[in-house]
Amino acid sequence: MRALLALLLVLVALPALAPAAQAVEPSEMLADPALEARARDIGRGLRCVVCQNQSIDDSAAEVAHDMRRAVRERLVAGDSNDRVFAYMVARYGDYVLLQPPFKGTTLALWLGAPILLLVALAAILLGVRKRVVRPPPPLSAEERERLAELLKR
Amino acid sequence: MRSNRLLFLLPLLTLLVMAGFFGWSLLSGRDPASIGSVMVGRPAPALAAPALRAGDPALTDSLIRSGKPVLLNFFASWCAPCLSEHPLLTRLAERDGVTVIGIAWKDKPDAARAWLKKLGDPFKYAGFDLEGKIALDWGLSGVPETYLIDAQGVVRLHFRGPLTERDVSDRILPLLKAGS
Repeated sequence: MRALLALLLVLVALPALAPAAQAVEPSEMLADPALEARARDIGRGLRCVVCQNQSIDDSAAEVAHDMRRAVRERLVAGDSNDRVFAYMVARYGDYVLLQPPFKGTTLALWLGAPILLLVALAAILLGVRKRVVRPPPPLSAEERERLAELLKR
Repeated sequence: MRSNRLLFLLPLLTLLVMAGFFGWSLLSGRDPASIGSVMVGRPAPALAAPALRAGDPALTDSLIRSGKPVLLNFFASWCAPCLSEHPLLTRLAERDGVTVIGIAWKDKPDAARAWLKKLGDPFKYAGFDLEGKIALDWGLSGVPETYLIDAQGVVRLHFRGPLTERDVSDRILPLLKAGS
């Protein structure tokens, strides 16, 4: 039973331990390890345009292959990482970036959650403050009289 | 006390806002999977491609900046949706006199030529892009994709996926009529 449990745990943990799927083929790689490392960095930040939520390094799609090759061509030509990202954005738009840029049209995306959190915190604080028990006002003379009468019975 | 009662309306209000958004999404034909195109409204990227048909001159940039609107279509013989839009391209070329340029994407030129021979060839000019390098400059994601380039050489429409009858009648033809 215990062995079975251990096996299950290993099976569950295995995907997390394995390196992320890599679609980069050996024939695409650059001979210069430093440039290749930069290409991988960039590739992980670029979205494959036909697979919704996979980076071009993880995707086996034809277009992803072409994009990986273009990234390496730009790097060999001497482009900085930012220039390579700009090259791709000029062709595919912001969609191609896995991390969306901070700008007017993405304000809601970036600030929506923090603002909601602040609003919720404010609402909770206000609610708590309202619930603070204030001492009741002292009894009036009439009330005290009535109380005494009730207690007499 | 009154503000508390209004608070009960908040979930209902949220529901209404969400229902409104979903309704609008359904009715307006919004496609959340669409990746859009940054090409539309911009001058067309430079065009240079080897000719597909033997004896033709290579495709040059002057073809899409000739002062006449053109339709640029990326296709492949292995692509099934290309088959479905082929009759529309043929009709645009033959009935409406549109200049259609075709580029075979990631397709062996032999296979593309045989495909056109079998189905008919709507392309006034035809080239090929075996490695997909030209396509990248056009922001292509696959085949088929079609661009309408106006007389000034500006991309006006970009269709990802096969053209439909509605694309032709509601978007391509009106723009061509307005332009000429």
